Amino acid sequence: MIMNNPSQKISIMRSKLELKPRLLWLQGLTCNANAHSFFNLPNLEQLLNKFEILYHPSLGTEYSFEKISECDMVCDVLIFEGTFDPLLKRNNILMLNILTHYAHNAKHIIGLGSCASFGGMFKASSPQRNTGLIFNESLKEGPLLHLEEKVINLSGCPIHPQWLGFTLNMIVQNRPIAVDELHRPLELYSHLAHHGCTRNEYFEWKVDSKGFGLKEGCLFYGQGCRAPMTHSSCNKILWNEVSSKTRNGTPCFGCTEPDFPRTDLFSTKTNMSIPADVPLGVSKRSYLTMVGMAKTFSIKRLEGKLIDYKKTD
Amino acid sequence: MARISKEERKENIIIMALNLFSTQGFYSTTIPNIAEKVGMSVGNFYNYFTSKDLLAKELILYISDYLGNEIQKINESDLSTEEKTHAIVKMYFNMATKRPEMIEYFLRVYLSNREVFSENCEGMTCVSSFITEMMIFFDKGVSDGDLHNQDFFSAFGLFMGYLGGMVFLNGEKILPEPINDYEQSISKNIYNALKTRT
Ligand code: SF4
Ligand code: SF4
Repeated sequence: MIMNNPSQKISIMRSKLELKPRLLWLQGLTCNANAHSFFNLPNLEQLLNKFEILYHPSLGTEYSFEKISECDMVCDVLIFEGTFDPLLKRNNILMLNILTHYAHNAKHIIGLGSCASFGGMFKASSPQRNTGLIFNESLKEGPLLHLEEKVINLSGCPIHPQWLGFTLNMIVQNRPIAVDELHRPLELYSHLAHHGCTRNEYFEWKVDSKGFGLKEGCLFYGQGCRAPMTHSSCNKILWNEVSSKTRNGTPCFGCTEPDFPRTDLFSTKTNMSIPADVPLGVSKRSYLTMVGMAKTFSIKRLEGKLIDYKKTD
Repeated sequence: MARISKEERKENIIIMALNLFSTQGFYSTTIPNIAEKVGMSVGNFYNYFTSKDLLAKELILYISDYLGNEIQKINESDLSTEEKTHAIVKMYFNMATKRPEMIEYFLRVYLSNREVFSENCEGMTCVSSFITEMMIFFDKGVSDGDLHNQDFFSAFGLFMGYLGGMVFLNGEKILPEPINDYEQSISKNIYNALKTRT
């Protein structure tokens, strides 16, 4: 996804600060992609104006990181972006101590991105040591396990700006956020990335895409698309408000799931030509029966280029 | 005497038709021949199957379901991949001995008269339960690290082509020994050919 980093400083209205929830944005090991993605939220300024932003690494905010690291204040909403590394220091202070102080006092904690949710990409630098806030992949082994009822995970690599927008708006309005067993909001993660893909008809009739970036064909059979096994609303809440990876002809990598990143992201793992993983909740037997049937029929309209097809017989 | 249910009668027709088709050939067998064997009028026969082609389709579905169910039981057992290979060979040869008409029909009618099945049984439609179970067998074998990961049809052809060939030789009375005597050596050969290469 292409995202612009805003060059201008976001102006934040400072009036009635005392009524606003205090928001703090901390980082573990991260590439900043969630912050960059979030800056593309169309109504970013309005949303941020609903908070008193204590600190954000890329915005001009009320306090410096030095001040925050002294741990002599509290926040209401803590956003933690990146993988948790128990040995990471910032300003020569263990992040563990800073995180523990603010997490303990916060009303809501948001694990932002797959790194903070499950370990993600930056877990790879030290797989034995690094984790998410409550999960190590899908095992409950993170440092904030004792505060898990306050933690909302927004997995994704990166998150869609609207996912954080939705969560912060719900918090500001004091509305409850129902979550799944991995602490992800159901409103955002009960869909599969496959839902709403423009290639669904090709999936149904088992017509493979002949390559990347084409309009035709489904990427499940050869190109590694994980969307039928991935909880996310990427094809419902579109990226940059216009499209999605799979609509553009790039496979879903399953970036919202605890086992991300996997290897061989651009090819489908098969056992004797049979996909090793089948759509969520579907037994392999049912899937194979259905595929056998669908593959039997050849639908002319789905075989060629969409723009070349002239008849509807 | 208890009345025979419609289902039982249908099963009866299927068994008789399988026998006739596999011994006399598809085209030489007529509906009156089958009706006579089952002991019913031609008119009544049409209450069960409206045409000979539809009956032909039902027969292949019947065989595929039978094979599919047998292999499903093997797939769902705790046997190792090597033991499952043996169990499938054993089941297939048993079927060739006890229900030869089923394999004969499959080899001599279904595979040899494709035009009969082109309308109602395109592609894998009529043999899907059997093929699906073989897929499940291969998929599990590969994911357990026992079988070499290769194209499905290359592996399927090796397994089923070999068994079909042996049953054919048996049917032609070319095999010097009863077919079941070959069970061990053939399942070993199949497993050795399909197993992971080190
Ligand atoms: S490309 Fe992926 S998301 Fe789209 S239909 Fe195929 S499997 Fe589903
Ligand atoms: S389409 Fe898949 S890989 Fe891409 S952002 Fe959505 S969940 Fe992640």
